Amino acid sequence: MSQHVFLSHRDSQRLFDALDRAGYQAQAPQPKDGALVFSPIRQASDLPWGQHDTQRPGHYRLSQDDSPRAFAWANGPQALKPQLFAPSEPLWQVARDADGKLRFQACAPKPQKRALIGVRPCDLAALAIHDAHFLGGERDGHYAARREGLLLVAVNCSHPAQTCFCVSTGDGPAAKEDSGYDLLLDELDDGFVIRAGSGAGEQLLAGLALEAATPGQLASAKGQQHQATQGQLRHLPDNMASALPNQMTHPQWDKVAERCLACGNCTAVCPTCFCHSEREQPALDGASSEHLREWDSCFSSGHSYLHGHLVRESGAQRYRQWLMHKLAWWPEQFGRIGCVGCGRCISWCPVGIDISAEAHLLCQGGEA
Amino acid sequence: MSDLRQPHEAEIIERVQETPNIYTLRLRFTDPAVHQAYRFAPGQFNMLYLYGVGEVPISIVSDPEDEHIVDHTIRAVGRVTDAMARLQVGERLGVRGPYGRGWPVEQASGRDVVIVTGGLGCAPVVSVIHYVLKRREQFGKLTIMQGVKHADDLIWREQYEAWSQLPNTQVLIAADEGGTMWPWHVGHVPALFDKAGLDKANSTVMMCGPEGMMIAAGKTLLEQGMPAEDIYLSMERNMQCGAGKCGHCQMGGQFVCKDGPVFSWPEIVARLGVKGV
Repeated sequence: MSQHVFLSHRDSQRLFDALDRAGYQAQAPQPKDGALVFSPIRQASDLPWGQHDTQRPGHYRLSQDDSPRAFAWANGPQALKPQLFAPSEPLWQVARDADGKLRFQACAPKPQKRALIGVRPCDLAALAIHDAHFLGGERDGHYAARREGLLLVAVNCSHPAQTCFCVSTGDGPAAKEDSGYDLLLDELDDGFVIRAGSGAGEQLLAGLALEAATPGQLASAKGQQHQATQGQLRHLPDNMASALPNQMTHPQWDKVAERCLACGNCTAVCPTCFCHSEREQPALDGASSEHLREWDSCFSSGHSYLHGHLVRESGAQRYRQWLMHKLAWWPEQFGRIGCVGCGRCISWCPVGIDISAEAHLLCQGGEA
Repeated sequence: MSDLRQPHEAEIIERVQETPNIYTLRLRFTDPAVHQAYRFAPGQFNMLYLYGVGEVPISIVSDPEDEHIVDHTIRAVGRVTDAMARLQVGERLGVRGPYGRGWPVEQASGRDVVIVTGGLGCAPVVSVIHYVLKRREQFGKLTIMQGVKHADDLIWREQYEAWSQLPNTQVLIAADEGGTMWPWHVGHVPALFDKAGLDKANSTVMMCGPEGMMIAAGKTLLEQGMPAEDIYLSMERNMQCGAGKCGHCQMGGQFVCKDGPVFSWPEIVARLGVKGV
């Protein structure tokens, strides 16, 4: 068990300097185009001080006030997914010579030391799922290269959004001991209670030489974790594991499909969605070609293409694939559901479809 | 190194036009070390890459112990397979694999082997037919049952006739529409089971073809007393990575590319014939 120390807001630049000295390029959520997104950062003053998010189905707005806190918000549209599983990247390239001979070449990214500040417990849970997917079985070299050298500075959630339900999935609002963070912060009005979760984290903390957190500070941190737990409005159905797998012909699929635009926003913001398509990008001179992989969505028509026809033609079938994969079939693949309760798919759905509400409607019939 | 994800260059050694839109490419890896090291099991598939166009999953039809060549029989049905049809002997393509779980040849050892295919479903079982015929003493009776829509759709007709002449080997073919000079059965595949006289307690069934055909055949076999765990099917879905990463081939919780493509009946029955899964 690592010791809890305290870093005051006033001294928070010391953490950035320590990361810089250790050779990390730091990123933290910052307001951009009306949302909090991970961007490079060197100064603690560039943290999103006083920022708040208001989220509800189909709605995300930032606002600012004179709150002394940097993490008084729930989340932005991204989790860690784009950092490790690139939205578009070449997997390999091939050159063709005058005789038609082909020469294949790898194009894996180089590992870099990067520190991500402001990672949420739900993001850590989603990261563990992606680690299992991309590193388990045949190891994905591209994901592995980006994963290497990643330092995670997590911040427990004190301001869950109206769309959050991480308590229900067991992934928040406080990070679990073994959830993979290097440093874990609880933000109070005047600073951060910090503990380390890895050797790299211990080393950074040792370099900062901070005072131990006081019992009062620890109690405040605990108190706001409790409050964040109590504050969540949404949850998944208790009978989901037994009831949902039997709902393949439920009339609700057609009802939700009347609202669903099949735009794929939910799959883009979902921190656990891993589907990707592979595509060829030949050079204009015909001498070489890049083989790309790009995020795909089970809402796209090409996703289920099978020699001339689509396995999932209708919107209802595609929405069913998305929800059933997340909540009913994922446990077969990874031993847990594929939802971490971050609520992003609810906020970023243009028509405000709520996965938790849909799950309740589907499971109401009980064990069909 | 994510070696399995990157293709190796292969050369077309021979090209056979099986029907107007079905062709076989016989390939050899150009790097002798790669060719030497390449191993596969019957029922597995490769990702074939056409330069500048893209990749397609294609099952391997040759015998796993044929050290000279790897055969793929392909139907021109889409962007990549149409363009690939124009390749000639000596031209190059990319091959990565093999992928997936093949036929249960270990489990079938010492037992009768029953092959049931429909439509063009034959390709994925050809390698297992070769496998059994080359190791005849390891298996009991070999029964090959093939269903086609129309007599004209039957490819490898001489091959079937040659197989039917072999000892302890039975070939039964059914066409929905027979046409003139059709020597085999007219009707659906399940009707062939009565003719076959299967030893249900001692057979391993390997099926491949349209899902509807496999469901009908499987149900008939179960009704006739074949144990469900002795029935195997090869499934098809969109496959782009071959390693269970890209997500396209999922049938419920199963990744067809890595958990399959060959499944036992109990493993996959809950998702068989469910529209949109």
